[in-house]
Amino acid sequence: MDKNRKVHQFKNPVLNWIEFRLPIISYFKKEYGDYPMPKNCNYFWSFGALATITLITMIVSGIFLAMNYTPHTDMAFDSVERIMRDVNYGWLMRYIHSNGASFFFIIVYIHIVRAMYFGSYKYPRELNWILGVFIFLLMMATSFLGYTLPWGQMSYWGATVITNLFSAIPIIGEGLKTWLLGDYNVGNATLNRFFALHYVLPFVIFGVVGLHVAAVHVHGSNNPDGIEIKSNNDSVNFFPYMLIKDTVAMCAFGVAISAVIFFGPNLMSEVDNYIPADPLVTPAHIVPNWYLAPFYAILRAVPDKLGGVLLMFGAIAILFVLPWLDRSKVRSCNYRPIYKWFMMGFFVNFFALGYVGMLPAEGLYLLIARVGLLYYFGFFFIITPFVGWIEKPNKLPLSISDVYAKNIAPNIGGGETRMPSPAMQKDTNL
Amino acid sequence: MAKKHKKNKRRDFLQLSTVTLGAVGTAAFIWPFLKSMSPAEDTLAAGSTEVDISAIEEGQSITIKWRGKPVFIKKRTKEEINAAKIVQASDLRDPQDDADRVQKEEWLVLVGVCTHLGCVPLGQKVSDMKGEYDGWYCPCHGSHYDTSGRIRKGPAPKNLDIPPYAFLNDNTIKIG
Repeated sequence: MDKNRKVHQFKNPVLNWIEFRLPIISYFKKEYGDYPMPKNCNYFWSFGALATITLITMIVSGIFLAMNYTPHTDMAFDSVERIMRDVNYGWLMRYIHSNGASFFFIIVYIHIVRAMYFGSYKYPRELNWILGVFIFLLMMATSFLGYTLPWGQMSYWGATVITNLFSAIPIIGEGLKTWLLGDYNVGNATLNRFFALHYVLPFVIFGVVGLHVAAVHVHGSNNPDGIEIKSNNDSVNFFPYMLIKDTVAMCAFGVAISAVIFFGPNLMSEVDNYIPADPLVTPAHIVPNWYLAPFYAILRAVPDKLGGVLLMFGAIAILFVLPWLDRSKVRSCNYRPIYKWFMMGFFVNFFALGYVGMLPAEGLYLLIARVGLLYYFGFFFIITPFVGWIEKPNKLPLSISDVYAKNIAPNIGGGETRMPSPAMQKDTNL
Repeated sequence: MAKKHKKNKRRDFLQLSTVTLGAVGTAAFIWPFLKSMSPAEDTLAAGSTEVDISAIEEGQSITIKWRGKPVFIKKRTKEEINAAKIVQASDLRDPQDDADRVQKEEWLVLVGVCTHLGCVPLGQKVSDMKGEYDGWYCPCHGSHYDTSGRIRKGPAPKNLDIPPYAFLNDNTIKIG
């Protein structure tokens, strides 16, 4: 081993003892203490931290729920009702877990909106974006599996509809579906394996989140102006500045989620899921969880089974290649006068898709879903590459501190007196 | 030179055989785990059901459970049989003559699972919506089935399945 390794010295001898054997303390100091954050980061940059906290909350509440849950078709529904009525604070655990799932998606959607609007997915953070989309996929799988567990009508029929998607695959589809279910339709074998997978996947997510965070720490966080840190003037240390800011965000988030958990715990759940699963009766209207609704709308907008399934999965898969579809080198939409509006249109469109995804697929709703589907794919395949090519972006500030200097400069006689150093002018990323 | 060549060949062989054996071994190890997820023997053996059909009136239909799935048994009226027979099979999405879907033409036996995404179509009760072809209608994504259980409109790709069944006598059907 390297005898010349420089061991960080602390005042506390215990810390020194640990540091000499495992340099974990200096690692945390580097990554969470002195770690430079662009000083112009707004509250959008708190949603990564919020998502991590929510993931941990979900894992903890889930473990405690599992202590009282029975994954058997005859007992699952009753065991959930027992958690609600008899287990001490069982109702609280369950409402934290069920609403936590919804809030997890709200936070992650905002986190994705942030990454898209401010161009965080671009060079050199493409892999970071890919890991993020992968986390998003894992989250959708985990939430779907978890939604099956209470074994209500929506659980059963949601599981039936989603697993039947696989039967659309030519030749192997039917066999694949049977293999996934462990039976010819959703049954006890299915419930058992869904429980096992629902328990383990969050830990997989936790691992990928670790990679996601490690990757962002290599090149540092993006920021609202989408330009890199060039000097110490452009950044603040994570501790205490960003930690305090994240704590404020966390308090606001805590108020919001508590309001729902305590005053409207069933706002985001379906009434039909309080009816025990009945394999012989399909509810009149099968509704997915709201956070999966945009993709469900895409599935139903296509009048062909295989086509619908392909487009639905395609809608997620396309996110993986976004960094290569966007040809513009300017990251932040704040400096992209045309793309900015298409981007906002994309968010509105996604919301509209989610809205019609919760309603019956007929008449006007179906029409909206089809228009929404066209815009969704048009945005990625046509608008994103094309606008990057024709658009003339606004002039970027020379540095992050320059953003603030410009705001003051007119009062003290013109910004041109501030001469950027040669190092500042050379932006290798642009 | 020749000696070195020989030595490399031996190393290549060792490398290739190690990797091959490792890959085959890993696959052999994974197989039981994958196979354990397929339906178990008792699930496969969940055999057959005998149904008494003597109480079913013309135009009436019952739902029974077979292998966890609903099976529709319908005693069709003359009009319904005619409506099913009159259709040209070649005009259908999943072409099939009514005669190929029944053993006795008044008795229609169907797996009551929509071939789109597995919902149970409506149409068993008198008050249910029966769709535009007066058979069954799937409320999930709007598939319409006719009086022979054939897909006529909507996203479903195939006709409703016919389970294996046999008439044991005039009053009993064995399904499975």
